[in-house]
Amino acid sequence: MTPFDYARPIDAADALRRGAIAGTAYLGGGTNLVDLMRETVARPERLVDVSGLPAAIEETEDGGLLIAAAVRNTALAEHRIVRARYPLLSRAILAGASAQIRNMATVGGNLLQRTRCTYFYDTEGSRCNKRQPGSGCDAREGFNRIHAVLGGSDACVATHPSDMCVALAALDATVHVDGPAGPRTIPFADFHRLPGDRPDRDTNLELGDLVTAVALPPLPAGTRSTYRKVRDRASYAFALVSVATTLELEGDRIKQVRIAFGGVAHKPWRAMRAEAALLDRPATHQAFLDAAAAEFVDARPLRDNAFKPALASRTLAAVLEELAMGDAA
Amino acid sequence: MSLIVNGKQVHGPADPRVSLLDHLREDLHLTGTKKGCNQGACGACTVLVDGERILSCLALAVQYDGRAITTIEGLAGGDALHPLQAAFVEHDGFQCGYCTPGQICSAIGMASELERGVPSHVSADLAADAQWTREEIQERMSGNLCRCGAHNGIVDAIRATFATEASA
Repeated sequence: MTPFDYARPIDAADALRRGAIAGTAYLGGGTNLVDLMRETVARPERLVDVSGLPAAIEETEDGGLLIAAAVRNTALAEHRIVRARYPLLSRAILAGASAQIRNMATVGGNLLQRTRCTYFYDTEGSRCNKRQPGSGCDAREGFNRIHAVLGGSDACVATHPSDMCVALAALDATVHVDGPAGPRTIPFADFHRLPGDRPDRDTNLELGDLVTAVALPPLPAGTRSTYRKVRDRASYAFALVSVATTLELEGDRIKQVRIAFGGVAHKPWRAMRAEAALLDRPATHQAFLDAAAAEFVDARPLRDNAFKPALASRTLAAVLEELAMGDAA
Repeated sequence: MSLIVNGKQVHGPADPRVSLLDHLREDLHLTGTKKGCNQGACGACTVLVDGERILSCLALAVQYDGRAITTIEGLAGGDALHPLQAAFVEHDGFQCGYCTPGQICSAIGMASELERGVPSHVSADLAADAQWTREEIQERMSGNLCRCGAHNGIVDAIRATFATEASA
């Protein structure tokens, strides 16, 4: 770990003042950043510890929720309103990491966690455009079973590792940000980036920007939702693919559906094509498979991950069928 | 800065790079807490902070100023084992013992999570109270690996210690 100065701000304004200096990183629970610093993938000169800032979960006037960035993952997953109204979010968080890590990790830090691409971590022996812009990508022709099949570029085929963010993408969450340019909100779909020729930039945040909260809009009454994760072992593993979805039926027809995939792209992948294909159609298994096929028609699998479009499609169809029957857990 | 470790106030490290794990082991000579992977993948370094289980390898000690840390050394009362320690002996909850301090601290943190109603990945109903089933314990302890394969004994020891007769 390279040396750094550590500061604990007294409030958000103090954090923003300290965070506006180049070479500064905000520190949440540390479960990703401390590891990246130990591996010298991240080498901040100053840490501003925002994990002690207020951590409230509040109901908003429109019937949604405002979740402060310092809320711990466990606290969000166990919150009674989240469990009752946003079960896909509780389930997504509980499917991620281990209990110890969920007790440490913050909501803001979860949004900003970095890819688990092994070449990104391998500072000694691998080229990686995300870690060292312009150096090349050893994943594209390497072991790429966990890598992207949608939205990748010649420069980068990494995937975003978060479970929670897949649920937030399906929920049309809004990210509240404060920074040198003042406070603003970013729709969740615009928060993370596709790699293009700048895979070193995971998000659209600018220098000094601090995630302060995540806002959830209310789900219409009668909406069912869940999260399903497929991985190599039953627990404590990153997703091969995952699905977060909400479904509202009118009779046997689909009135509203929102779908996001994890493990398939550089960002949580909102499946707009699949949603469009399902809207106002009968909720049948074949319709679900057809919708998934529409989403993955442009998939560009690599050597080791050609299984992902089929696995993600079957997972989506299974989850939607269970939601339509009303028996998804 | 200072920490309260097993009830005793102690100094924190001068260098902010020092992890809570290294501070416990190298500075305070509390070597019960183990360094397995040092990257948050094995759970051997699990300790309790104000009763909540965390991974001390991913924690910078400086982040825990003023907090109460409990390690495996803080659980027994002199020569009298903590009931969970005794249950690990009774149920063969270990072979080599390297992961055991982390397993025991983790299980104590897990028990309070389960008692206050935190659901898990395998809870069928998010609204219902969680049960002390094997499946629930296995899922909730999945952050603690045991390379000797004593997991079944570990689950037995946890159930014997914490499961009430109503839910056992």
